[in-house]
Amino acid sequence: MKVNDAILGAVFAVLGIAVLWHVQSFPAVHGQRVGPALFPGLIAGGLIVASFALIVQGLRERGGEPWFAAPDWWRSPRHVSAFLLTLAAPAFYIVGVGTLGFFVVSVVVLASLFIVLEVRPLPAIVIAVVATAVIWYAFYKLLRVPLPWGFLQAHAF
Amino acid sequence: MGALETAFAMVFDPYNLWVMLAASVFGLFVGAVPGLTATMATALLVPVTFFMAPIPAIAAIVTATAMAIFSGDIPGCLLRMPGTPASAAYTDEAYAMTRKGQAELALGAGLVFSAFGGLFGTAVLIASAPALAEFALKFSSFEYFWLVLLGLSCAIVITAEAPLKGIVSLLLGLLIACVGLGNPAGYPRFTFGNTELLGGIGVIPMMIGMFAVSEILRFVVDTGPRALIVDKPIGNIFTGMWGLAKKYPLQIFRGNVLGTVVGALPGAGADIAAWMSYAVSKKFSKEPQKFGTGYVEGIVESGSANNSALAGAWIPALVFGIPGDSITAIVIGVLYMKNMAPGPTLFTQNPQNIYAVYLLFIVANLIMVPLGWACIKVSKQILRVRREVLMPIILLFCIVGTFAINNTVFDVGIMLAAGLIAFVLEQNGFPIAPTILGVVLGGMLEENFVSSMIKSDGQLTAFFGRPIAAVLGALTLAAWFLPPVIKRMRKLAGA
Repeated sequence: MKVNDAILGAVFAVLGIAVLWHVQSFPAVHGQRVGPALFPGLIAGGLIVASFALIVQGLRERGGEPWFAAPDWWRSPRHVSAFLLTLAAPAFYIVGVGTLGFFVVSVVVLASLFIVLEVRPLPAIVIAVVATAVIWYAFYKLLRVPLPWGFLQAHAF
Repeated sequence: MGALETAFAMVFDPYNLWVMLAASVFGLFVGAVPGLTATMATALLVPVTFFMAPIPAIAAIVTATAMAIFSGDIPGCLLRMPGTPASAAYTDEAYAMTRKGQAELALGAGLVFSAFGGLFGTAVLIASAPALAEFALKFSSFEYFWLVLLGLSCAIVITAEAPLKGIVSLLLGLLIACVGLGNPAGYPRFTFGNTELLGGIGVIPMMIGMFAVSEILRFVVDTGPRALIVDKPIGNIFTGMWGLAKKYPLQIFRGNVLGTVVGALPGAGADIAAWMSYAVSKKFSKEPQKFGTGYVEGIVESGSANNSALAGAWIPALVFGIPGDSITAIVIGVLYMKNMAPGPTLFTQNPQNIYAVYLLFIVANLIMVPLGWACIKVSKQILRVRREVLMPIILLFCIVGTFAINNTVFDVGIMLAAGLIAFVLEQNGFPIAPTILGVVLGGMLEENFVSSMIKSDGQLTAFFGRPIAAVLGALTLAAWFLPPVIKRMRKLAGA
């Protein structure tokens, strides 16, 4: 995912400007010169300067290269789906763990990742169940972390 | 009971020894699997250490990282893949030795001189930290302001491949540190009405994201071919070690000193220590032409440098609260959670804890030799563990571990975002260490900046008004302006 420095520089410059604009709304501390806006303001200022230097550097070094160079794995559906699934797994955990409970979410996350990484289906499911049980035991029983039960709450043990 | 006796009792407590043994096995395993790093081992340990007393928690981290930095040499030797970035400097050399049938010598040198390097770094830590702490007791906000700024500047200068990108990384980290109520004015900044953000962005979820989740992302998009294990039996790794020690005493000493110093400088850790040490070794060697062809001299020097860097990084971390590398950046977070806030008062008020840390380092580096030997014996089995099975389990562990710290899924979101951002930044050549330093030190930098500004009524000259502050200030400015000046002069001299 190689992006030209100028584009990333522009993104960071926008971030710096947004921060600088936002800190103007911070209140002053009565009787003092330094308020909560000063430090983030200075950092944002520095970020804006560095970002513009990055833009200049990116434009100078670009030559004939594309703005955005797709890496090898973008052409491989297997790698793209593994990448997306790795990002989707924590997201699924966040939205699903409350209702579905830890067991279901964990087995689904593990088994689907195993399968997309080309582990054969039967071992994938068996390892997913065993790993879920081990992690559950370590965190729920030994470390007493309240992993949610979800709809299985009535059968909690 | 004196402080030293208390420290002995804490370290040689059966529970603590058990923790160290378990952490050793964990560290050796993580180090030996390519793609899992010592920093990742630390990040994964945090949720578990969260439930331990302070000394076992520190013991787990010290032991696991020391083991991981050594065992990173094993896949370098047998697969030509560094197990951790700290072994990358001499992976080709070690693999070439294996192909010449000298795997024993390469692994033995890695193990023995790693342990020695770790002990050397510990000795420097023991000798220098209390003196520095005494010195630091005199520091006011001006000195601390410059010290933090100097530390952050070092992090940029030392990773000078892309200083501009390092600066951007650092500033992003400092901005992240601004989020929440934790500023001198106590004003909720950048929270946008979200109560979860009032306490700031959690450092631990961020670290787990940046060092573990990003590593998993790198693994799943890796299109490279699978590496082949060299299938030869490994003989006695200790044969010839005494001979090497007698042949290369200067190299070992130089590697240890350089490693400790690089480790102690903020932002640079074991990996940079190993690269620099390998380069120094080659430059001053009597036989530089043999480097790269499977020659042990560079491994002896840089293999000891990376382990001494590990201990060196603890010096500024314990005395000033300024991390020497990414591992100690996490450690500082753990110390705060355990009510062992780093700083000079740690040495005066709780000397038994400091003595215990010294002892932990010594014990960890001593047990490394037998445990490392055992790890080499089973290394072929470890290297056969399928990473496509391991990585999803680590991801789940990251999720549950992040959740465990505050029992909130909000932190899991932070972990995910941090992992993705770190992945994208690294793919584009931005170093991650400055970001972490910025996040860890942002609060300290602002606090000392603001109290200095208030004390001096906004007079910037006051920042140079005290002698130590003036020296630190001058050093900081030198770190900013000297490298570009030197570069320009070299260019002129060359033209």
